[in-house]
Amino acid sequence: MNKDHCKTGGIKSNPYQTSGHEFIRSAFNSRDPGSRTNKFLANIFASAWLLLLILAGAGFYASCGGTQSAIDPAGPQSRRISFLWWLMLIVLSVVYVIVMLALFLSVRRGRRREQAATEPEAEQRLTRRVAVAVGITVVILFSLLLVDFTTGRAIYSMQSNDAIEIKVTGHQWWWDFEYVAAVPSERVRTANELHIPVGRPVKLQMTSQDVIHSFWVPNLHGKTDLLPGHQTVTWLQADEPGIYRGQCAEYCGYQHAHMAMALIAEPPEQFNAWLENQRRPAPAPMNEEQQRGQQVFLTRSCVMCHQIRGTIAGSRSAPDLTHLASRHYIAAGTLVNNRGNLGGWIVDPQRIKPGSRMPPNDLSGEDLNALLSYLEILK
Amino acid sequence: MNTESRESEPAQSRARESQISNLKFEIRRGCAFVAIALLVLTACEREQRRFREIPPGATAASAVRQSELQPGAPQPAAHFEGPYADNAWAVSEGQRLYSWFNCVGCHAHGGGAIGPPLMDDKWIYGSEPENIFATIIEGRPNGMPSFRGRLTNQQVWQLVAYVRSLSGQLPKDVSPGRPDDMSVKAPEQSKQKEYPVTQPAQHPQ
Repeated sequence: MNKDHCKTGGIKSNPYQTSGHEFIRSAFNSRDPGSRTNKFLANIFASAWLLLLILAGAGFYASCGGTQSAIDPAGPQSRRISFLWWLMLIVLSVVYVIVMLALFLSVRRGRRREQAATEPEAEQRLTRRVAVAVGITVVILFSLLLVDFTTGRAIYSMQSNDAIEIKVTGHQWWWDFEYVAAVPSERVRTANELHIPVGRPVKLQMTSQDVIHSFWVPNLHGKTDLLPGHQTVTWLQADEPGIYRGQCAEYCGYQHAHMAMALIAEPPEQFNAWLENQRRPAPAPMNEEQQRGQQVFLTRSCVMCHQIRGTIAGSRSAPDLTHLASRHYIAAGTLVNNRGNLGGWIVDPQRIKPGSRMPPNDLSGEDLNALLSYLEILK
Repeated sequence: MNTESRESEPAQSRARESQISNLKFEIRRGCAFVAIALLVLTACEREQRRFREIPPGATAASAVRQSELQPGAPQPAAHFEGPYADNAWAVSEGQRLYSWFNCVGCHAHGGGAIGPPLMDDKWIYGSEPENIFATIIEGRPNGMPSFRGRLTNQQVWQLVAYVRSLSGQLPKDVSPGRPDDMSVKAPEQSKQKEYPVTQPAQHPQ
């Protein structure tokens, strides 16, 4: 501030402010302890900074609840992660405030003590203080390391024999889930919607079809990568029923942001009913329009990539549609599953999710309506 | 610059001269930079991702002729390179579709199995893009299925471009440099160009 005055020829333009000698002294020594402007500015900066921190913190906390939040835990693992997160936030905030206060005080007082600090007595005192500060830092960091390590060990595996096993395959840009069962007819394949029973561990065996993805349902657990040509394993458990949103957490290409999933934790009876229904093949068309819709599905490009169990459509390049109508979302969490969205998605997916692997389909109005009527019965 | 000033102020003049030569150098460097930038820009088209052809799904199919004969005055057959002969992204999409739609099942990765090889110089129904388009859409006797209605024209043209890259018919900067999954052979990019020969199919007796 004062330096600027000097540059712009401040000596001549401000002769009335201070005496020439004092002005030059303060102009070349911005750390002058006697400068009132400096103190005033420092106070303004400090309060503005504090206000910003408080506002940011409040905004952050307000926006962090809900169905995709690591600090709104719904399972044993995320509870530990959330505890670790809060612990670190609080400890580090306190450390930050103390360090900033110390810095502020030393800046204010440092100039006056400059002469005194060269005395051997003062230097000893200073050394002691620095040693104590370093010691406290080491203790804090080491404690955090320990807590971090134990948390990591505790959430890594659940070691349960009663776990539900699900194979997860990441694709650009959707999730493929297969419920493992010894009997082939009991295996269930679904996409972008994972149902799990409350209170029972789930073991996820994960791999990727193309590039690296990362499985992340923040309300339940941390992230685990899905690697092509390699299997990774992670465990989950939900203690509270609800719909939680999961999201690919490793950049995987053009539509990475639209690679979401819904994880539905429900009471065991409800889950078993769901699983029982998913095991059934798709219902047969019941009227002429649905019949026509099925024909459209089986004779157009749908059949090249999608599977509907119970029909000849058996390709596994794209999501299994056997029970499409039972899902909450389509296009990997991009759209709510209703007739209008589904129609728009079928006709022109490249408008909704540019780059997605689904080609646009040039269907006549009647064909599209028939197809939608057929897809709607796939409950 | 006149001689008088040079005599009277030799140092200044020298400084001015060096300034001018500096300026010339800067201008030349600027020109070179712009030229290189323009050169680089020409390469942008090969990566252009045309996700949404307009109208969606429609690309005019060429007039494929199965016969050389025609009524009236003879006309040269229409030749159409296809929209993706110079687009690296579309060729890589073709590579993906080649395994998605199980071309691999019969043609393997170009070496052929129960279907004819696609990476050699022998072509039964012609090597031109419109021939390959017709082969995919119409099918061919003795095994090649017809994909009419099952694929969009855009996908077929992507496949056409990829099939041509298998025998080195596309420029090297457009052909795929590596596959997305485990490699079973050298990438299409390093394939020497084959010069197509038409050879009728030899069916086993």
